[in-house]
Amino acid sequence: MKLRFHVEGGDFSNAGAASSEVKKLLKQINVPSEIVKRIVVALYEAEVNIVAHAYEGDIEVDIQADRIDALLSDRGPGIADIELAMQEGYSTASPKVREMGFGAGMGLPNIRKNTDVLNIESTPGKGTNVSFTVFFQTKS
Amino acid sequence: MTLQHIAQLLNARVVARPDKLYREVTYAFASDLMSDVLTVESRKIILITGLANIQAVRTAEMSDVSCIILVRNKKATSEMIRLAEESAIVIMEFEGSMFKASGILYNAGIQPIY
Repeated sequence: MKLRFHVEGGDFSNAGAASSEVKKLLKQINVPSEIVKRIVVALYEAEVNIVAHAYEGDIEVDIQADRIDALLSDRGPGIADIELAMQEGYSTASPKVREMGFGAGMGLPNIRKNTDVLNIESTPGKGTNVSFTVFFQTKS
Repeated sequence: MTLQHIAQLLNARVVARPDKLYREVTYAFASDLMSDVLTVESRKIILITGLANIQAVRTAEMSDVSCIILVRNKKATSEMIRLAEESAIVIMEFEGSMFKASGILYNAGIQPIY
């Protein structure tokens, strides 16, 4: 099942709307709640990143029998140093983003923690693609 | 402890989903930083925050937080109440500080996560 959402940069009123839709769907198809939480936390952080840093972006989610694949691609300033951005505490967020309760440099580390596969590609001045996979079965 | 009991202890005003006050909670987490809230793995948890905007409700929704307590007499916006009603999240408004809310609830047996 494929879903697509458009996200506007700076639109904090709707930040999280896509993640909310995905959460409802995952619950409907009986994905275990602890897995749903990992997925939606990663997706929500990534969605907030688009709102906080980019001009606009698109979210594509593919829900399969055993996993979810998500691709978030934005048009924006990009990330100059991805390794640095992955470090907890590093942030380039604006005061406005901090007022919204984010921008403490925890978004990307939070995404990494909650996903099984994560890829981040970015071209400074153009935008960023974040793709991740979460499997529905917890690995033993 | 039920949310009803918590509302009584804090003399808090319930502004969203008063029909859900029967819910039982065990833990509380106090923060204005939503990324911090998103790292919390526990269930049966309430969020004590001074962040009175829509992202507090969205974060609660993603984190399975069943109740938000707004401190320092912050008021829930109509946007927050609408989303909380939709997501079945209780919102309470408390006059005192985050420290005071935490102290009262800790004393009454609500547990920290870390």
